[in-house]
Amino acid sequence: MSSPQVTSAATTAGSSGDDVPPRRRGRTSRPDASHARSYGPGFIAKLVLMAVVDALGVYVVWSAWTQDSYGILAVSLALLVAANWVYFTRRALALKYILPGLGFLLVFQIFVVAYTGYVAFTNYGTGHNGTKDQAVEALLVQNERRVEGSPSLPLTVVEDGGTLGFAVVGEDGAVTAGTAEQPLSAQDDATVQDGRATEVPGYAVVDREQILERQDEVTDLRVPVSDDPEDGSIRTTDARTGYVYTSVLEYDAASDTITDTSTGVTYTPNDDGQFEAADGSTLAVGWRVPVGFDNFVTAFSDGRYAQPFLKILVWTFVFAIGSVVTTFLLGLFLAIVFNDTRLRGRRVYRTLMILPYAVPGFLAALLWSGLLNTRFGYVNQVLLGGAEIPWLTDPFLAKLSVLAVNLWLGFPYMFLICTGALQSLPSDVMEAARIDGAGRWRTWRSITLPLLLVATAPLLISSFAFNFNNFTLIYMLTGGGPRFADASVPLGHTDILISMVYSISGVDGSATKDFGLASALSIVIFVIVGGISALAFRSTRKFEEIN
Amino acid sequence: MRRSILLAAALTTTLALGACSSGGSGDETTDEPSGESSSTASGGSLTIWVDETRQDAVTDAAQSFEDETGTAVDVVLKNFDEIRADFLAQVPTGEGPDITVGAHDWLGELTTNGVVAPLELGDTAAGFEDVSLAAFTQDGQVYGLPYAIENIALIRNTALADEAPATWDDAIAAGEAAGTKFPILVQSDGDKGDPYTHYPFQTSFGAPVFEQNEDGSYTSELAMGGPEGQAYAEWLGEQGAAGNLSQDTTYDIAVEAFKNGESPFIVGGPWMIESFEGLDLSIDPVPAAGDQPAQPFVGVQGFYLSAESDDAIVANDFLVNYMSTEDAQVALYEAGGRPPALTAAADTAAADDPIVAGFREVGADAVPMPSIPEMASVWSFWGVTEAAIVNGADPVSSWDKMIEDIQSAMDA
Repeated sequence: MSSPQVTSAATTAGSSGDDVPPRRRGRTSRPDASHARSYGPGFIAKLVLMAVVDALGVYVVWSAWTQDSYGILAVSLALLVAANWVYFTRRALALKYILPGLGFLLVFQIFVVAYTGYVAFTNYGTGHNGTKDQAVEALLVQNERRVEGSPSLPLTVVEDGGTLGFAVVGEDGAVTAGTAEQPLSAQDDATVQDGRATEVPGYAVVDREQILERQDEVTDLRVPVSDDPEDGSIRTTDARTGYVYTSVLEYDAASDTITDTSTGVTYTPNDDGQFEAADGSTLAVGWRVPVGFDNFVTAFSDGRYAQPFLKILVWTFVFAIGSVVTTFLLGLFLAIVFNDTRLRGRRVYRTLMILPYAVPGFLAALLWSGLLNTRFGYVNQVLLGGAEIPWLTDPFLAKLSVLAVNLWLGFPYMFLICTGALQSLPSDVMEAARIDGAGRWRTWRSITLPLLLVATAPLLISSFAFNFNNFTLIYMLTGGGPRFADASVPLGHTDILISMVYSISGVDGSATKDFGLASALSIVIFVIVGGISALAFRSTRKFEEIN
Repeated sequence: MRRSILLAAALTTTLALGACSSGGSGDETTDEPSGESSSTASGGSLTIWVDETRQDAVTDAAQSFEDETGTAVDVVLKNFDEIRADFLAQVPTGEGPDITVGAHDWLGELTTNGVVAPLELGDTAAGFEDVSLAAFTQDGQVYGLPYAIENIALIRNTALADEAPATWDDAIAAGEAAGTKFPILVQSDGDKGDPYTHYPFQTSFGAPVFEQNEDGSYTSELAMGGPEGQAYAEWLGEQGAAGNLSQDTTYDIAVEAFKNGESPFIVGGPWMIESFEGLDLSIDPVPAAGDQPAQPFVGVQGFYLSAESDDAIVANDFLVNYMSTEDAQVALYEAGGRPPALTAAADTAAADDPIVAGFREVGADAVPMPSIPEMASVWSFWGVTEAAIVNGADPVSSWDKMIEDIQSAMDA
């Protein structure tokens, strides 16, 4: 879809560039007449608009700064500077027209494609969700165990010259206090009020406000119960109650290893972004690492996917080409019929024809899946008098239904563009053909159709690209089903490549998520669609030579 | 003239672009006010993700927490279906919430990705129903504060059947005696099937999905293969052939039929009840099809704590000391209609609503839905195979192939 738009943007830019030089030459004699220098109403309007843009831009940059989003900050700053330069310089006339478009292209197309490309070379997915530091932290926290049967201890956060510590009241009412370096020691002179220590000699009690300012320090603090690490340490999550914990895993930052204290096994980080022991066992939480072409290799080497992939690839082409051909033929036929001036009430018919186009696609697909239900659907129940035809659950019929529903959804679009193209055909050529003695059929085949194709071929190509990735229809109508009975992966007869990617990536919850693999497959699809579109556009040039 | 119009158009577009790029950082800007207030009020600040059914109840609890502690609480409304993926994606960036609502079966994925922090409920743990805590427990650690328990049961239209059936055959006989269109309604979903609703029948043949440890947690060892599973598969085939089960009976169709009195029984959960206004209902255990008790899955709703929360102490305080109170849990029950997880609150709720009491009674014998990451591989084959068998596929060979496929997906 985007390609035709780009072409038109380019032509606009080109044509505007063409008629600029003469004017500019005229202006060189009168430098003050430049749009950028004259202080007329146009300039003031520009100034006001640019002020608004700048205000918004500065707001975005500032928000990005306060949120530490430096990527957004850099891009919005660059766009802002570029906008100001472009609209206040005299030399960038073409850019004045295309800058907004370029900006959109950058944000919504190039960034998305580049990010997908980046993810395709990482192992982003379940188990590799964040950074290594986060993984280490999660592993340590998940593997701390409260000592079984240990009491919950009313806790007070205390401070000893800037070092945080805990004072807890034991089950016997005795107060003990300590810091990370100093194991708990008895504090006989401490004051206890309502079961909680309120004053501890040698320590200053930290008030709630300060605790909240130093939350990370408090939650990270572990006060050993005694000199023996086996006894565990006190920690708190709410700064009100402490519990005795022992940790199973210990991280050594110097050697970058994690040791399981209960078994003595040492885990070292491996290339897949996980901690791995000598025997090959790994710890559950990993992190995101670049994996090179691994995802692409997996996409094509997994034996379970090989056979369904081929079937799905074929069906994707059948579906995309079939959809374009059927919708175009029906749309063209109807356009020709309703283009006949002898037909009365053409406007009413035309409006009716466009109705399916006005219904949102996902809604219509959902509606049709209800209509085609085997036992309760309107089609079987009412139209076919109670027949139980498995429209969506038989492999062949399901494919037919998908094509039929897409025909219903898609023909109004083709009808519209064909009507438009037919009405703009030059009548002189037709007249010339008639004078030359060409019959109706001959005129249609040699004049009308080629001229029609010049106008519609780019739209047919974009329609192909659209249907190649028509995820909504498949997802809403059949969900890819019926499943392949002979395959061992959750894929079905009406799955197209993009819905296959959705299912393999696990975004639908039917498998563990693998965004890396999904991105790699998306790039493969991008290459297929892009390649076919480029080839097709090249071959449509021969239509244009007719002109 | 023409040029100035174009210029204006171009500038407006640039302006829109600027607006868009600020829209892109929308998630961050919502956090902004709370971030500022934390430095001024220094009572800390919390961001909580909720869906609309829980919004009011959580906002009320947040308000009282705010009044008492001076902490600014920002309750953000999210679509429940999006919370899981957004939480996974945003917590590692540091932009996620401190607390989110969620279902217990997300637990395996959330811990594998290291985005949730364990909670220490301390003495408050004793106040919760055992099954609700077990559902949020992994490797001996609790990761969520449960607030609601939901499970399916047999909903009976007392005008059409005056006593609870003990077995599946009784139910069919009673349904046929009632002379309604369907003897019993068990929802499915086309060729995707609905293993959640069919699970009690599967357990009645002694074929639970995974082996369980002594403490009730699941191992990753499949338990639904073997002769028990095959017996269940054969039963599915027989009932499909007899027309008692059908893959075409979707949720909407089943609920509509029951509402219109076309069947005395429907297998379903508390979320159906409001569709059945005007009917006199009784909640009974799901009738066993095999020779063992029919145990439905229990789903537990709760609150998760982000592993990257900057205000972990406040968040813990809020969850452990405020959301676990009877008032808060009853308020959540009144807002969402799901039986509370706190025993005292559940007693209150059950006392004034026999429907809640009925579901709770059935839920007492139920098992938590597995939350281990391997479960994802099971779902994708399970329902489809069941639907195919009901639709006439060979039961035993289909079932065995499903077990193989699940095993190979788990090993992959």
